[in-house]
Amino acid sequence: MAKSTQDIRKRTPEPARAGAEDASATGLLDQESPEEVDSRLDPAQAVKAAQKRRFAELDRSTLKGIYRQMLLVRRFEEKSAEAYSAGKIGGFCHLYIGQEAVAIGAISAIRKDDYVLTSYREHAHAIAKGISPEAVMAELYGKAGGCSHGKGGSMHMFDKEVNFLGGHAIVGGQIPLATGVAFATKYKQTDQVTLCFFGEAAVNQGAFHESLNMAQLWKLPCIYICENNQYGMGTSLERAMSLQDISQKACAYEIASEFVDGMDVLAVREATLRAVGRARKNYLPTLLEVRTYRFMGHSMSDPGNYRTRAEIERHQERDPLKLFSASLKEEGVISESELKQVDTEVRAEVEQAVRFAEESPQPAPEELFTNVYANPIPENE
Amino acid sequence: MAIVTMREALNQAIREEMQRDENVFLMGEEVAAYQGAYKVTKGLLEELGPKRVIDTPITELGFAGLGVGAAMVGLRPIVEFMTFNFSILATDQIINSAAKMLYMSGGQFNVPIVFRGPGGSAFQVSSQHSQALESWFAYFPGLKVVMPSTPADAKGLLKSSIRDNDPVIFIEQERMYGLKGEVSDDPDFTIPLGVADIKREGKDATIVARSLMVPVALKAADALEKQGLSCEVIDPRTIRPLDINTIVESVKKTNRVVIAEESHPFCGVAAEIASEIMERAFDYLDAPVKRVSGADVPMPYAKNLEDAAIPNVEQIVAAVKEVAYIE
Repeated sequence: MAKSTQDIRKRTPEPARAGAEDASATGLLDQESPEEVDSRLDPAQAVKAAQKRRFAELDRSTLKGIYRQMLLVRRFEEKSAEAYSAGKIGGFCHLYIGQEAVAIGAISAIRKDDYVLTSYREHAHAIAKGISPEAVMAELYGKAGGCSHGKGGSMHMFDKEVNFLGGHAIVGGQIPLATGVAFATKYKQTDQVTLCFFGEAAVNQGAFHESLNMAQLWKLPCIYICENNQYGMGTSLERAMSLQDISQKACAYEIASEFVDGMDVLAVREATLRAVGRARKNYLPTLLEVRTYRFMGHSMSDPGNYRTRAEIERHQERDPLKLFSASLKEEGVISESELKQVDTEVRAEVEQAVRFAEESPQPAPEELFTNVYANPIPENE
Repeated sequence: MAIVTMREALNQAIREEMQRDENVFLMGEEVAAYQGAYKVTKGLLEELGPKRVIDTPITELGFAGLGVGAAMVGLRPIVEFMTFNFSILATDQIINSAAKMLYMSGGQFNVPIVFRGPGGSAFQVSSQHSQALESWFAYFPGLKVVMPSTPADAKGLLKSSIRDNDPVIFIEQERMYGLKGEVSDDPDFTIPLGVADIKREGKDATIVARSLMVPVALKAADALEKQGLSCEVIDPRTIRPLDINTIVESVKKTNRVVIAEESHPFCGVAAEIASEIMERAFDYLDAPVKRVSGADVPMPYAKNLEDAAIPNVEQIVAAVKEVAYIE
């Protein structure tokens, strides 16, 4: 059930983990990092058991659809990394590998006409909200067929048709925007909800606190989903945040909040559904702290010298895709051959996305000067 | 037509546009129950209700961003900054979100929003409350920047800004809220953005002035007239996009130009106008372009020092004489 702010007040924050100070002082970590998988999270076996209990409430096609989406964005990101290394993709490229359960689980809980805004680690959210992998890959390639016609790139994907409102590259910048979208839906008295994704580092920005205050003050149907992957670029949560229990920060604004295991796609979905219920019916905001982990660097240019291989491997034991596929298989929802079939299909879909991006033309040179103003005033010549 | 103050003209513009379009709403610090820190929004809460006239917490970044988000999905917010000094806290959302959204979304999401409030110097409010920030905002493609100098311009330009589909920075002047002038009461009265106004015709020299410097320049022109110099005073009204044609045409006629502004000279709007004139009308100039700007210092508190920091009639008169080579 949803934890109210009252529940959260009772919870004692965890003490800072031993050894965190040592980690802050070193550069390259050559020994085991002090970071443990969070004590509030269940081990892999228990996650699977919980997932299987939830299967009863979901039909097989929904479960398979969720798995397919997760695998699609995993394969998409693997291909993005390849294309980036081959020089096909420029600029920054922040991969989502390891965090798939968050975007896929949460977006599976909303309607097509609901809104999504997120940060610069956004390829998966864009695809999950309904932008085609072709249009996302073409945007990465900087092509005219991209979802932002090549003007946004990896960090600025948009699609008005599916209510995907970016792709924002200043940490926390999307949080006031999403609050405004939620304000507008309440103003127009629709029952649409807005999902706002951001990393845990954004929680230290004023934009987060200012937005949550307004959202509860004015009762706005915005669901704030903090993807806590435990690192803001190369700086660990321990080194950046005085109170690391992020869900507890909702108390300051009397907002309902939950701590969610971000490696369990169905737990994310369920928590989001509860938040959606509050938002749609009563115009109430929610803060979800979703504990996850990124298996890749912050971006493609990250040397990764702030954490150990062992730490990454510990988290990979709770790989959201592996946990979910094992649950599906063990419960007989999907067979081994079906799993292979899905993999073949999504690989083909990603290959098709690459082909589309390769073949899509570059933006026409005159596009440099379009879209600056909606009502342009002719230059005085 | 009626004689009203700048404050009342702005109030009329907001009221008429909110009556005209349900999607227009007003938010900012003290705009509702308090009736506006400068009373520009007086009576609007009572008339239009709390859904559309909203007092915000003191949270400029937050409510500026909220406004941009609301504008992305079809509302038309008017966001008041109690003064533009406080917009500095909101610049991430104005510059990174509002100005760039249409471009980086490949033309999909325009942001019809007005950020308005007083800018420039007030009366002895010292450094952090006396700043002319127009050159900051005018620097960014995607923003429009408007600065009225009369009640009529204020009303007509604000109505156009609210109807415009792009983000508009609308900078009023605190010292001018009580300025009176004739204003149309026709609800269809608007003044297009991007069109300069010739406030006074003349043939011997051009004075380009905006906002608070327009009445100062007009007084200087009166004084110069008595000394046998006929000055044309041009108010660009919109800083971006700038109606450079009107300025250049005037310079081609007078061959001499002085640009007066309240802001700091370095990287200011006058520097940009001077450069444009040089590029477009160099051969017509009989003297170097002359700027009269605010002192290049933070605004002091002491009355005598504050007075010395803001351009006055005498300085503009002297500058015109200089470009006219009159001792």
